[in-house]
Amino acid sequence: MTLIGWAQIALVFALIVICAYPLGLYIARVLAGDKVLLSPVLAPVERGLYSLAGIDPRQGMGWMGYAVALLLLNALHFLLLYAMLRLQFYLPFNPQGMVGMSPTLAFNTAMSFVTNTNWQAYAGEGALSYGSQMFGLTVHNFLSAATGIAAAAAVARAFAAGGVKELGNFWADLTRITLYLLLPLAIVVGAALLLMGVPMTLSAYVDATTLEGAKQTIALGPVAFQEAIKLLGTNGGGFFNANSAHPFENPNAISNVLEIFSLVVIPFSLPFFFGKIVGDLRQGVALFAVMAIFAVGFVAFAYAAEAANPLLTALGVDPSMGNMEGKEVRFGTAMSILFAVMTTGTSCGAVNMMHDSMMPLAGLVPLFQMQLGEVTPGGVGSGLYAMLVFALISVFVAGLMVGRTPEYLGKKIQAKEVKLAMLSVLILCLSILGGTAVSIVLPVATASLANAGPHGLSEMLYAYTSATANNGSAFAGLSADTPWLDITLALAMLFGRFAYLVPVLAIAGSLAAKPKLPPSAGSFPTHGPLFVGLMVGVIVIIGGLQFMPALSLGPLAEHVSMLANTTF
Amino acid sequence: MTAHLRPAIVLVLLFTLLLGGAVPLLFTSVAGVVVPFQAGGSLIERDGKVIGSALLGQNFTSEKYFQLRPSATTNPDPNDATKTVAAPYDASSSGASNLAPTSKALIDRVTEDVKKLGPAPVPADAVTTSASGLDPDISPANALRQVAGVAKARGLPEAKVRALVLANTQEPFLGLIGEARVNVLKLNLALDALPPG
Repeated sequence: MTLIGWAQIALVFALIVICAYPLGLYIARVLAGDKVLLSPVLAPVERGLYSLAGIDPRQGMGWMGYAVALLLLNALHFLLLYAMLRLQFYLPFNPQGMVGMSPTLAFNTAMSFVTNTNWQAYAGEGALSYGSQMFGLTVHNFLSAATGIAAAAAVARAFAAGGVKELGNFWADLTRITLYLLLPLAIVVGAALLLMGVPMTLSAYVDATTLEGAKQTIALGPVAFQEAIKLLGTNGGGFFNANSAHPFENPNAISNVLEIFSLVVIPFSLPFFFGKIVGDLRQGVALFAVMAIFAVGFVAFAYAAEAANPLLTALGVDPSMGNMEGKEVRFGTAMSILFAVMTTGTSCGAVNMMHDSMMPLAGLVPLFQMQLGEVTPGGVGSGLYAMLVFALISVFVAGLMVGRTPEYLGKKIQAKEVKLAMLSVLILCLSILGGTAVSIVLPVATASLANAGPHGLSEMLYAYTSATANNGSAFAGLSADTPWLDITLALAMLFGRFAYLVPVLAIAGSLAAKPKLPPSAGSFPTHGPLFVGLMVGVIVIIGGLQFMPALSLGPLAEHVSMLANTTF
Repeated sequence: MTAHLRPAIVLVLLFTLLLGGAVPLLFTSVAGVVVPFQAGGSLIERDGKVIGSALLGQNFTSEKYFQLRPSATTNPDPNDATKTVAAPYDASSSGASNLAPTSKALIDRVTEDVKKLGPAPVPADAVTTSASGLDPDISPANALRQVAGVAKARGLPEAKVRALVLANTQEPFLGLIGEARVNVLKLNLALDALPPG
């Protein structure tokens, strides 16, 4: 911990806060179909897509129609990626002659990208052709992100008016988000990364002769553009195995700041989008405040915990740089921790250091953030709708405390909504703890562990947590490409994304149809510090009750062992 | 459901062509013309031969060169595909040790390295592996500790080598963003370029 380190962290936070507000309002304009700066260029493309696909963007969809459209598009896109990965040897842009993936690995990878998880059971530079990266993964990065934002928009609209049946048009939402938000940002960020040294080429890997005369094969590829959308869409699937720790994905400290900024700016802007949609910006500010309180608190805790490893200090290692195992010199501890907390607070999962080598208590932070359901600030779109689920639970709890019918934004929250909200929460818990519990007693799964002792449990817990929360980062010592882990983790991703999303859309459908009541003297205001505090408490208590036992056996037990000089 | 089929199929295909084909290909061609050095991986040539990338570390073992951090990159074992063998700074196989702070393997490795590099305290980056296995940089403290050895192996005055280290030390941007670091490939190239003696 250094003063300079804290100053760097504060600076990046300031940058995010400044940009999130205008971006949120821009997203509201885009989704309303309003004219924006880029309309003269992009509106013809948008119209062309609609006419070829036979879409009437003004035709609204009920919650079921919206859900079916969303699921259908994603199912088709899943199948396309699966086929591409299996057949990549026969497809173009494959200068290294990469062979097709095994069925289980292709299943896992296709599920991983369609659910915005981007868990990587393969090493990019050793397993994927340039064609698969571009036509497969890059496109999934865009569309899974747009899917999340579209779903969040549908949910937001449910609170905007009373007595409506329709939540918007999925095709139009998806297209507008992709064209007016993600594509322009990806081009700008990609160009900036390119200038700093992120490659963008289709030429084959280069053989260099090192100064000492040895051969070094340098993996290259069309990285810069995919790198940009990987972060902006909170996807997180690296072009290379080492992800954003690889110098070709993240060459220096400035690119690192740009990457951190890119991966949180949209999630942090969406509360303002929500405020705009419901016509009360204070509501958005309250949600933003809850996200920010968690983000700042977790960064501070993790940075304090990521001090030098006392076991190494005892051997004569200088503690001043902090814990450098699994970190890059150009980032140092402060900017590695900030990246780690932001990437797991969103559903991004890109990494610029190896989380497996984090100090035990610092490593607890990524785990716990994902287990809270990715709301700090959460993935693009998914963060907002998960946050709204917690808002509903919070008004319900508040209602129980004061004995009134709970309301949120003038909508009565009744048994049906609360049941569906709790269903969403419990699906995550079941998938994370259930998956870990089964795998930790199966030799076929534990054979994949790289570390022994409590850290081994953390590795397994991290895998099911990351998959279910659609994060995609890993305690990467785990050898994840085995049939058991490929298939069960893919199912965890599927549950975490779509089994969560469908109940949420159902809540939206139910709320949209209700009348919007004017606030009365009995309404509990949902924009003040009291509500912010209540929501923070509800999120911590729900997350803590579910996961503290598992976290005690993993990171906490490891911390205590470390203090007692025990190694495994 | 069937009404949704056409929009779903058409959008998936058109977006694949647009976002996976047209835009990245255009991006690549423009990049190759405007910034060919960066687009091509910042490759450094000496005497017409590619000797590495300015952004990537490479394996140095000779006493005449400054040493990078330990690297955890591996290759499949040619004798047993289920195992791996160490292949430091393999730029086609990035990766990390992923050892936990309480790992016996980590403690053993660092004990060994500290013994080699002593006396304590040893800079942390000198005995820890990076996240990519390709970290091109070391800390200034680590570089300065190596000055005496390199100067001796090359028969150069220490002051000259130290000056070269300082000239190749990159400070944080505006004194704030990032960490001070020394790019070892560039430093070693500068060493090779010095007139002998």
